[in-house]
Amino acid sequence: MSEEPILSVRGLKVSFRTDQGMVHAVDDISFDLDAREILCIVGESGSGKTLTILTILGLISDPNAVIEGSVRFRGRELIGLPARQLRRVRGREIAMIFQDPMTALTPVFTIGWQIAEQVREHTTLSRRAARALAVELIEAVGIPNPKGVVDRYPHELSGGMRQRAVIAMALSCNPALLLADEPTTALDVTVQAQILDLIRKLRADFGSSVILITHNMGVVAEMADRVMVMYAGRIVERGQRDSVFARPWHPYTWGLLGSIPPLEGERPHRLISIPGLPPSLLHVPAGCAFAPRCRWSRAACAERPVLAGSGGHDSACVLDPTQRRAARAAALGVLPGVA
Amino acid sequence: MISTIIRRLAHMILVMFGISMIVFLIFFATPGADPAARIAGRNASPETLEQVRASFGLDQPLPVQYGLMMHRLFVTRSLTSFVNRGMAVVPAVMEAAPVTLSLVFGAAILWVAGGIAIGITAAACRNTLIDRLLMILGLIGVSMPVFWLGEVMNLITQSRLHDTWLFAWVPALGYKSLSAQPWEWFKTMVIPWITLAVMYAGLYGRVLRANLVEAGQEDFIRTARAKGLSETRILLRHALRTSLISFVTMFGLDFGALVGGGALLTEVVFGLQGVGKLTYDALQSLDLPMIMATVIYASFFVVVSNAVVDILYAFIDPRVRGTGA
Amino acid sequence: MTGGLPLLEAIDLVKHYRVGNNLLRRLNKTVYAVDDVSFAVWPGETLGLVGESGCGKSTLGRCLVRLYPVTSGQIRFDGTDIATLRPAQLRPYRLRMQMVFQDPAASLNPRRRIGEILAEPLLVHKRCNRSEAAERVGELLHLVGLLPDSADRFPHEFSGGQRQRVGIARALALQPQLVVADEPVSALDVSVQAQIVNLFLELQERLGLTYVFIAHDLSVVRQVSTRTAVMYLGSVVEIGPTDAVLRRPAHPYTQALISAVPVPDPTRATQRARIILTGDVPSPIDPPPGCCFHPRCRYATDRCRSERPVLTPYGDGTQVACHHPLDG
Repeated sequence: MSEEPILSVRGLKVSFRTDQGMVHAVDDISFDLDAREILCIVGESGSGKTLTILTILGLISDPNAVIEGSVRFRGRELIGLPARQLRRVRGREIAMIFQDPMTALTPVFTIGWQIAEQVREHTTLSRRAARALAVELIEAVGIPNPKGVVDRYPHELSGGMRQRAVIAMALSCNPALLLADEPTTALDVTVQAQILDLIRKLRADFGSSVILITHNMGVVAEMADRVMVMYAGRIVERGQRDSVFARPWHPYTWGLLGSIPPLEGERPHRLISIPGLPPSLLHVPAGCAFAPRCRWSRAACAERPVLAGSGGHDSACVLDPTQRRAARAAALGVLPGVA
Repeated sequence: MISTIIRRLAHMILVMFGISMIVFLIFFATPGADPAARIAGRNASPETLEQVRASFGLDQPLPVQYGLMMHRLFVTRSLTSFVNRGMAVVPAVMEAAPVTLSLVFGAAILWVAGGIAIGITAAACRNTLIDRLLMILGLIGVSMPVFWLGEVMNLITQSRLHDTWLFAWVPALGYKSLSAQPWEWFKTMVIPWITLAVMYAGLYGRVLRANLVEAGQEDFIRTARAKGLSETRILLRHALRTSLISFVTMFGLDFGALVGGGALLTEVVFGLQGVGKLTYDALQSLDLPMIMATVIYASFFVVVSNAVVDILYAFIDPRVRGTGA
Repeated sequence: MTGGLPLLEAIDLVKHYRVGNNLLRRLNKTVYAVDDVSFAVWPGETLGLVGESGCGKSTLGRCLVRLYPVTSGQIRFDGTDIATLRPAQLRPYRLRMQMVFQDPAASLNPRRRIGEILAEPLLVHKRCNRSEAAERVGELLHLVGLLPDSADRFPHEFSGGQRQRVGIARALALQPQLVVADEPVSALDVSVQAQIVNLFLELQERLGLTYVFIAHDLSVVRQVSTRTAVMYLGSVVEIGPTDAVLRRPAHPYTQALISAVPVPDPTRATQRARIILTGDVPSPIDPPPGCCFHPRCRYATDRCRSERPVLTPYGDGTQVACHHPLDG
């Protein structure tokens, strides 16, 4: 693809000043996102995945936050952009949806009013036209009875319907990029399937790129074009979805995949679990952040490994391909889908 | 909806009668409160006391006395004071009511406007010098006792600086009727309004600021920001609406209490013959009929304010409306 | 499961709530949280209760340990019906059945040290005196994989997974026979989930525990349960040996539920025949007539709309409540 990536992040660092020192919540992240692509960022609590995308829209309001690095969207640098210009990007070129649909909408205004508010902020549509657009959008996201729902309040809708309304609002100005922070984690699994389907369909219809944050590898397998695994604020592995699932390179990724109880096939006697806990961000080890919990750590891990690889598949690990294959087999046995 | 209204009315009547009964019983349990002695005056002979008791019906059993008093209060409205013979209680309260109402309504407008202005400005300039300054001013306002402030205001406007152009317009203490002399009424009330409002404006400003800052942490504010809305719009539309709920609750309670006679100190300091002053005088002289009348009047307003506040909730917060599902 | 008396049996269990505070009580609505549920759990096995929000599984779990009073029905624990026992009579049974809750942060008193939290049940039920309690607490901590010095620390000093271990230790303090676990791993990160799931399995083996394991995550339920019951809108729609239920689901809802679970395998993800249910998970205030699932069921017939199906045996040890169960 000779097309320019729509989003280009280089050397992103987000740190917080605390009483006990600097906390490096996001530590030197770089990645690209192409047009119409779905990138899934996977990680557990404390991995820095949410902060990464909050930085893109400048939504970190903590006065103790220190943000460094570059985030270029369509060639324009977003970090340090003056507030007025940033506001024009938010909601219009880049939209964001959050995890908990129950609290995402203002409780005192109707759904239609809130969608129309966004539309009128960024376009010159009249009140009537904005409301009509709101009805269309509500219908497009599959909410039944759109003309009725447009005058309903958020508390009158279920969680799944609210999340659809949030998606409708986010897409109201046809953004080129949609940021979704665990949009289905708080929803029932059948509703989750509907919402993920919706996001895929909207990507096809509207042509937006999507960054989807999740901790669920199953969601990644269904949705991602590309995957990025984060741990302790760093990228530990990234690549095309099929490549990462078929031949995962990083021991943390193996741990994540093995932790999932399989729904089909043999039931393991015990689940593969990663021993220990993620490091406190105040005391991240000097070298590889994962080394203390890694079965295969060695002397070389005392130095922070470089994110490197081939064919679009990178990982931050010192194991060479032969060592890696042996270790992976030991870690996972035969993983369905692994060649 | 109808059942709610009926329920509220029933509550209101229950509350009012409950309070009246309690006041009635307390009165007779208060030591040194033999009303006959009070009416007859000091050094009255036992025969006089007996005569007084008979003529005022004070020798009847308590429930009968209570019943009679209620009858005279509500039905015939002819209840007379124990202290000022022949003075009908109900008309006295009715005459004092407009004074209190003028005072409290005017002050309320000032303190709501002031409180909202202070709260919004402080929240918008959170953690800056302006914010801290406003909060300190608010604290000072809350801390100044209203009678002290009132006296100081009087000192300045009535005596020390009365002859200067600043305060020459301030009329002498005492209420002027609104219907008779509207301009005089206004000039009379301005200083009392400000005095009463200062404390409440400070309090409400501080509370509103705290609520706004708290609301700012909510998820829906983050969504609003991600939509590209300006900070001003987020504060005034999204955060303010949701923060008004506790503001309205407090207002309902304070307003009800003040109208019912809680503005007593202000009334005394500025020589306004309102319900508060009436109640105060009645308590001093243990004038039971007057006390009853003012208490019932006060409880009526408190209950009505609460009901109005609840109705206002339904307007401000749609989650409260309807039966929900 | 091979004969013998079930340790726990629910018979025609019903739990209704009234909501609303209308003056005319008749106008108040009823939440049919648990609507005529029957099942049995044999000693040493794990019954998984799975379903989505509003299906009543959490309410059912709490009713089983008598945290909520039941509206009607029987709860037979080791042969005795405990549903209507008074508190004093219930006390000895409380020792034998315990509960582990979902939110490790909310279920531990933040002002108490771990040691106090764990010692409390022992002291309240007079299992040991204060000096012995400390030793027992040490044993419990070791059992769940925590360091002995944890006893002197407060809950906020621990991670979510560690707090859940404390919750489990507390449930085990009185050496119960039955543990009802209400979504014990839902609030945890996936790698920590694996640790806690493993812990549950190990403890079951070591202590001979019987579990009722409530979860919305089918994969987790499959890992832990010998038998699985699928709940929808207050009723059990299918129940049977886990593998039979998950490999050959008989009820259309079970089938849809299984197909909705995202599987971490891209090749399978694209191949699967996905059944996407329309509409939302319904509210238990207004359950539809007939079969509770018929509004969202692609196979619904007139019979489904009017007649409520009961659990009937289907083969392979499963029972299903459906007029037209799916062929294997």
